[in-house]
Amino acid sequence: MSEQNKTETLKMELEALSKNEEFARVAVAVFMARLNPTLEEVDDVKTAVSEAVTNAVIHGYKENGGIIYLEVVADGSRLAITVRDTGIGITDIKQAMEPMYTSDPAGERSGMGFSFMEAFMDQVEVKSAPGEGTAVTMKKKING
Amino acid sequence: MNRPNFTYEAEGWTLIVHLPEELDHHNCTGLKNETDLILSENYIKSIVFDFSKTKFMDSSGIGILLNRYKQMALSGGTVSIYGAGPQALRILKIGGILKLMKIYNSKEAAVKG
Repeated sequence: MSEQNKTETLKMELEALSKNEEFARVAVAVFMARLNPTLEEVDDVKTAVSEAVTNAVIHGYKENGGIIYLEVVADGSRLAITVRDTGIGITDIKQAMEPMYTSDPAGERSGMGFSFMEAFMDQVEVKSAPGEGTAVTMKKKING
Repeated sequence: MNRPNFTYEAEGWTLIVHLPEELDHHNCTGLKNETDLILSENYIKSIVFDFSKTKFMDSSGIGILLNRYKQMALSGGTVSIYGAGPQALRILKIGGILKLMKIYNSKEAAVKG
């Protein structure tokens, strides 16, 4: 009973390697199990984390590597996840978040990363500036 | 450690692409080049994506499917899907893929078209 209102935090620093996209989403999935989520809620969060981490790898660091800072806070039934990089930053956040917009020159990205984050999380906030990195904070209430 | 990612199979003029368990950016990296190579060396009228092993996908997989769809459409070919589980179907639906491609329950049905 007394555990229900404690705030619990996970902090991880990951190398921005594409192989860590899976590791990051699985780590968050395991951490959020303490909130007794449904399988669908776990899938939702895994997908959102995968999108944010992939953005940091591909866009933030242009696949040249760097460190991704992942912080997950579980507060009661609320989950808050921040994926932060110290990469190139976003010039126009509104444009970046438009469905189908992608800055990928090779044309292989769907431009739907942010749309998926917004579809699966209750709230998505992006703080970024050119040369100052990017922090994406996503929140979701886990009903279980 | 390298897990085998995509495996390919041909039936007549249909290319079947067996997708991996985790269909994300990391695992999608080789797919475009491998498929391009196969398409350049063979006459392919339709591509069938096998999702039966896929337990997770994100928007990276949507990008792959959209590219193949556009490419095949140029030559009048088709792209279809079979074996998609619940997680994949949700992503495919939100990604608008269900409006573009047919979803089948089996390889046989997908190849038959």
